[in-house]
Parts: sequence; C-alpha cells; structure tokens
Amino acid sequence: MTEQVSPAAHAEGIATEKSQRILILEAGRTERNYWSDLWSYRELFAILAWRDVAVQYKQTVIGVAWAVIRPLLTMIIFTVVFGTLAKLPSEGTAPYPVMVMAGMLPWFLFSTILSQAANSLVTNSNLIGKVYFPRLIVPTASSIVALVDFAVTFVLLLGLMVLLGFFPSWQILLLPLFILLAVLAALGPALILASLNVRYRDFRFIVPFIVQFGMYVSPVGFASSVVPDNLRLIYSMNPVVGVIDGFRWCLLGGEAEIYWPGFALSLIVVAFFLWLGIRTFRATEKTFADLF
Amino acid sequence: MTSDTVIRAEGLGKKYIIGHQTADRSTTFRDVITQNVKNFVRGAKDMAQGKAIVAGDELEEFWALKDVNFEIKRGDVVGIIGRNGAGKSTLLKVLSRITEPTEGRVEIKGRVASLLEVGTGFHPELSGRENVYLNGAILGMTRAEINRKFDEIVDFSGVEKFLDTPVKRYSSGMYVRLAFAVAAHLEPEILVVDEVLAVGDAEFQKKCLGKMQDVAGQGRTVLFVSHNIGAIKSLCKSGILMQNGSAAFIGQVQDTLDFYGRQLNASRHGGSDGSGLRVESITLDYNGTPALDIRVDGLSIPTGRYEIRAFLTSASGTAVGVGSVGGFGSKGLEISVKNQSLNLSLQLPNLARDIYLITLEWVDEATHNVVARLNLDEVDFLPPPLTGENHALDSSWGSGFVRLPISVSM
Repeated sequence: MTEQVSPAAHAEGIATEKSQRILILEAGRTERNYWSDLWSYRELFAILAWRDVAVQYKQTVIGVAWAVIRPLLTMIIFTVVFGTLAKLPSEGTAPYPVMVMAGMLPWFLFSTILSQAANSLVTNSNLIGKVYFPRLIVPTASSIVALVDFAVTFVLLLGLMVLLGFFPSWQILLLPLFILLAVLAALGPALILASLNVRYRDFRFIVPFIVQFGMYVSPVGFASSVVPDNLRLIYSMNPVVGVIDGFRWCLLGGEAEIYWPGFALSLIVVAFFLWLGIRTFRATEKTFADLF
Repeated sequence: MTSDTVIRAEGLGKKYIIGHQTADRSTTFRDVITQNVKNFVRGAKDMAQGKAIVAGDELEEFWALKDVNFEIKRGDVVGIIGRNGAGKSTLLKVLSRITEPTEGRVEIKGRVASLLEVGTGFHPELSGRENVYLNGAILGMTRAEINRKFDEIVDFSGVEKFLDTPVKRYSSGMYVRLAFAVAAHLEPEILVVDEVLAVGDAEFQKKCLGKMQDVAGQGRTVLFVSHNIGAIKSLCKSGILMQNGSAAFIGQVQDTLDFYGRQLNASRHGGSDGSGLRVESITLDYNGTPALDIRVDGLSIPTGRYEIRAFLTSASGTAVGVGSVGGFGSKGLEISVKNQSLNLSLQLPNLARDIYLITLEWVDEATHNVVARLNLDEVDFLPPPLTGENHALDSSWGSGFVRLPISVSM
C-alpha cells in the first residue's frame, strides 16, 4: 500500500507528521498523483509479471518450445502460400522466410499483448475484488509474457538468418525502439478492450476475432510494398503496418524501405489509441470491483 | 481531522443496482421471447450509455451503506458486528479502496492493508515459497520486508517441509495456514480484517487469535469484522454495530455487544415475559459431544407436568435446532413448586460454528400454554474440529431443524 498526498490538505497544513498523509475517498475523485502511485507499486508489477511468465508453460510437456513451434509453423505456411504459390515479391534481396519472420515477430508480440491484456482483468478478478492497487498494473504486467515469448522467437529468427546466410546491418541497433512501439501500439487498444471486457463480456468473443482478422489485413505474410501506392496511406491507418515496416527496416537492413508518410500516420494512430486507452481505463477502473 | 484520528467517515453511502428475475418467468413461450427481447434492448441501451449490465428482469436500487458516520482514533481496535447483509463487508471494501463510495467521504491517515480473504492471489501451480512472495507483494509488502520475515512466516505456518511443493498439492489446512502466516506478518499502520480467523483447526485458530492480539497490542489501528463474539470481545476495545447499511451503535465493545444482543432478542421475541426466570450459568462443554449446560433459577410456576422446549436460532434469524423434554408423545416433566432451579443439558452435535440464540419454553402439558419463556444471550458456539464422517449443519443451510437431545436434572 502506498501513501497518498492530498495537495489541498497539505496546503492547509492538516497533515501534522511527515509520514501521515491524508487519503480522501470520495465518489468521482480522481487521484492527482496517480502516476507516482503507480511507480510505488512497481514491485507488485514485477511479481505479477514474473507469476505470469512462471505459470505460462507449467504443466506443458514441451514448455517454452511452444514459443518456437507456433511462429515456425506459421512462417512455413505463409512462405509457401504467399511466397511460393502466390509468388509475391520479398523486400529487396531478403529471402522470403526471413521477410515473413521479421513481420511475424512484431505481429505475435502485438496480438499476444492484445489478447492477454484484454482478458487480464477478468482472469485476475479475485485480486481486484479483494485488494487495492492501481489496476493499470494488471494489463501491463500481462504483456511481459508476450515479451518473453518475443525474445525466444527472436533467437529463432537469428538462427534462420544464419541458416540462409542473410545478415542485418547497423539498423538492427534501433530495434528496441520499434519493440517499444509495438508494445505501445498493442497497449492502447488492449486497455480499451480490457475495461470494456469487465462490463460487457461480449468482448471476450470479439478479441480472438480481431486477432485472426488482423493477421490478414496486416502485412505479416507479404511485404507492404505489394499494396498499391494510392492505397498505402489508407493502409497505414492500421497501426501495426507502421510497426511491421519498422521491424523489417531494422532487420532486413536497407532492403526494406520505410514509407514515411504512412509511418508517421501509424505513429499518430498509435498515440491516439494509447491516449484513449489510458483515458478509458482510468475512467472505469474504480468500478471494476463492483462489476465482477 | 484531529491529530489522533486516523479514519473519519462522513455520510458514507454505497449504492448497488440489483436485478430480480420475475417469479412467473416461463409461463408461455411468447412471454419468454418478449422478456428476452426487452432485456436485450435494455442491455444494448445500457451499453450505448456506458452503463453496466445487470442480469434480471426488474432492477432495484440497493443501498449497501447509507449515511455512515464514525471516527476511529490511532491505536483503536474496532470490532464491526452485525447480521449478514448489514453492510460490514461493503464498509471494509470502501475503506480499503477496492470500491468507491457513491456518496459521502472518508479520510484516512496512514498505510492501510486489507485482509478480506486469506491467500488472495495464491497461484496453485506455484510453490509455497513462491506464493509467499506473491501473496506478500499483493498485500503490500516490499520484497525486502518479505525477505526479512520469511523465516518467521514459514515458522508460523508450520509447512517448511513442503515449501517447494506447488500449493495445489497442499491440504486445505496447510494452504490456509501458509496464507494466514503471510497475512499475520503485515505491518501496516491500519489493518482491515474480514472474518479471516475462521480458518484452520482449533489449535491454529488459537494461534491466529494470539497473533491478532499481538498486532492489536502494538498500537496499530485494527478494524475487525467477525461473527465470533468471543474473538471480538477479547480483541477489540470498541465496537460498531452495522444494521441495514448504517452504523446503529458505536461505543465500547461490551456496550455494543449488549445492544446487539438486546436488539436481536427484542426483534425475535418481542421482549421477555417476566416470569421471574433467570439464567444462573451457561457453560459450553466440549468433552465428548459438545453440550450446553444451562442452570436456570427463579422458576415460579405452579406444580404440574410441563414440557421443556429449546429453540436454537442462528444470529441471522434462521431456525436451526429444536430440542424437547417431554412432548413428542413422551411424558412431561413433573415440576413442583419447591423445584425452583433446574439444570438443563442441551447436546449440540451437529451445529456449525456460529452465534446462536437460545429460547427455552415451559409448556403446560394439559393446556398447551406457554407458562414461562426465557431468552438466553447469544451463545458463541465453536465446535471441536470435525473428523471423519461428521458433517456440520451449516448455518447457511437455510430451513429445517436438527432434533437436539436434551436432559434435565433438578
């Protein structure tokens, strides 16, 4: 638990001792120091993230190998369907499997965060009904699992690159920025879905649909350069397009060109959803305990 | 807020919207369709307005808390009592910030830890050791704090042998012991506890109560909800009686309990009838079959044959048990004027732990009139741990009685 400062009470000098700050609970009262409060709960964030990671592959036979098999099989199917059968072009000279893999990494990161975080409040309802903490911890902590899976898949990609003799150049150093972008792009919609899911369990059925649908409308199995030029700006309204393009630019060296107007638009959409997500979440988080 | 007030509630209220199913729901197929369409339209409308969905055909506002005012000073140990549904748990939820009040305000000074359940967040797949850290963090302990107290926690729980076993393999007793051990080592300035002492066997309960007494003795402020009058009496200095969502009585713990007892009796029996009866002593005897020994004095009823009936009611108002000497076709009890006092022994083999109200009645065998009636204080019945095939009649079991063996000597 943490201490709360009520600035008003502080100004009036009501708080007599330095450690004795007054917390005021009232209907509709927004906490002024929400973010510092969140920071003081970082240990809980860490332990919840650790719990999700520790539990993820318990009681499975092949354990963390699942994080390898899923993207590997998807990559093979996409390479066969889009590369071999449909004969779509890759980005520059990059081998098709590497190009698919470089797009699938951010897509799996995005979609896992989206589906895990959207369900996280419901799966942690026992905590929310019994203990106070800033609720934002729950969906954000659940996205750490996705990052761990991402790390495993990333090693797979490196292996694939070595195997096919394709090596990235200096751009790979900027990859952490795009990983962060992928996480933020997923968290915005995830927070909206998570808070709606508490109220209306309909969203439990909608989320898998969004994920399935999103995989085909995003440039996962094909390069975004195959999209006709006049549609590209509209196509970039999908925030994942910017993320995937960024990943390919980093991982395939100069082979994949970023379409900058589209990338900028993707950034704006990501920022908008993140703002909307946090706003929706904070407006509803006080009622979560009443709704389970 | 004066300097030593740590919690102050002003006009606190909490409203819930609850739904009811109409009684004659499935009369005809057409009615069902109409009702479902109506519910769907309402659900869609609520969703469009961003309101929550409430299941049911009719909606009603329900104030779980209404106009609650109180002040708690630093170091106070406050027992919150009241019937089921009186608003105790809602009050604790508001104070521990889990839910927001609908109206009014609360001011809290200091770090609050709430213990509304033992083992919050325990994960069955994780080991005992891992769960100690998980549960500790959820309850608000820092990692350093848990590290420092880890040995003490394990010691208290007595499960050191199974520390690296997943808790899903634990017996339910081990599970609650470990969970309570973590909770018992919390060191907040204000501790909010909801009926968590009701775990484990009798011995562990004693240990928990002792630990709670330690916590209370360290000058911490404790709010404690319990149905266990014995625990309330031994732990708390002051009491708050909750009734229909508001604080009906606030005062010293004994005064609050007395007020509660009087009210329960008054509401159930309309006061005593003044037949001059009084209870000399009530003892709970736990040897063998648990039994209640009652010595009654001041019997001033004419010589004759009487049936003695005993009625047990749980504090929530449910009739639980009935016992009788005489009656049920057997011969009544011969009572002559000189037998002014009488020992009754009421055996209670099948009762769950709870607070019971006991009413004794003397019924004239010939006329079937009740000539004397006596309402005993609440008896806090704590049965010995159950073994083997014994099953307790739960106090939430609802309707129905157990016939209790009763014996009388003069």
